[in-house]
Amino acid sequence: MRKSFEARFLGQKRSTKNPFDLSQDQIVRYSRQLILKEVGGKGQKKLMSSKVLIVGAGGLGSPAALYLAAAGVGRIGIVDSDKVDLSNLQRQIIHSTRTIGRPKAVSAKDAIQALNPEVDVVTFEERLEPENALDLLKGWDFVIDGSDNFRTKFLINDACVIKGLPFSHAGVLRFIGMTTTVIPRQGPCYRCLIREAPPPGAVPTCQEAGVLGTVPGVMGAIQATEAIKFIIGAGNLLVGRVLYFDALSMRFDQFELRRNPKCPSCGDRPVIKDLSQVDYGNVCRVKAE
Amino acid sequence: MKADRSIDIRGEVCPYTFVKSKLALEELESGQVLEIILDHDPAVENVPRSMEADGHKVLSVKKVGKDWKILVRKA
Repeated sequence: MRKSFEARFLGQKRSTKNPFDLSQDQIVRYSRQLILKEVGGKGQKKLMSSKVLIVGAGGLGSPAALYLAAAGVGRIGIVDSDKVDLSNLQRQIIHSTRTIGRPKAVSAKDAIQALNPEVDVVTFEERLEPENALDLLKGWDFVIDGSDNFRTKFLINDACVIKGLPFSHAGVLRFIGMTTTVIPRQGPCYRCLIREAPPPGAVPTCQEAGVLGTVPGVMGAIQATEAIKFIIGAGNLLVGRVLYFDALSMRFDQFELRRNPKCPSCGDRPVIKDLSQVDYGNVCRVKAE
Repeated sequence: MKADRSIDIRGEVCPYTFVKSKLALEELESGQVLEIILDHDPAVENVPRSMEADGHKVLSVKKVGKDWKILVRKA
């Protein structure tokens, strides 16, 4: 039967190879997004050759890393110097009771590879510091700010703006989350929103004020969505807009954010040309000012 | 009608019949014709319907022995 079939179509350009050179497993694994017009084979190949760095494998970084891995991002970097603690597990869902005491970067890597062994995971068991930031950020297509402190947030912003590297910012506290996407010089940056960090103690941390685990869950999932959209070039990014989420009233609001021409980081005459020009010890103020 | 490309997805079942057809069509230029050869009976209805829902033109659906041959022109 097969033979007669082959004979009937002899001479035509036949192929049993999968389109876009995707393996059978890849077609099955990614089938629900492959059939989206905005993804397709082309978008999937872009995802598979993309590199995303996640700073912080905590409440935001956990869902972001898992969704990016699930979508098939080719390389994921995890920067985190902490070890998994029992008190993390209420929201940091990439870790588990079994991994308490292990470095978070390693615990996250194991969870990512259990979910999708195709992802190449690079771990950095260190803190992002002014001294290593530009090196750590080298070679990535997109950065997820999953940090839990103003110092690291300003550092990510300043370093990404210097390097022209797009990133997703997010912050959470209690039942509130906010997020925005920064494409340096195409839209405003985090310093256009807040010029410098509030003085230490002025804003409570999640440790002091608490946070509902699902709030960073929602925000981290949005950050991963922005990374995916950026990579495949689909839709509108959260650039020039801040999305504000209140879980108690269950409302999303957004406000417009304009680029500040006088911004020390991304303004017309930027002052922060290298990270040594900022005092990251206190409120992340620019020394030259 | 001569196809610009042919994809043999005999042995595939839904939804992979559609996933692979869609991917193969994505690799073609607008106006080109894809031939899909399949043997999963429910796909004979599902694949053309999905293709049309995406705006492509189903040119023919023919039974060839135990198999089916579907021709689709890319929108």
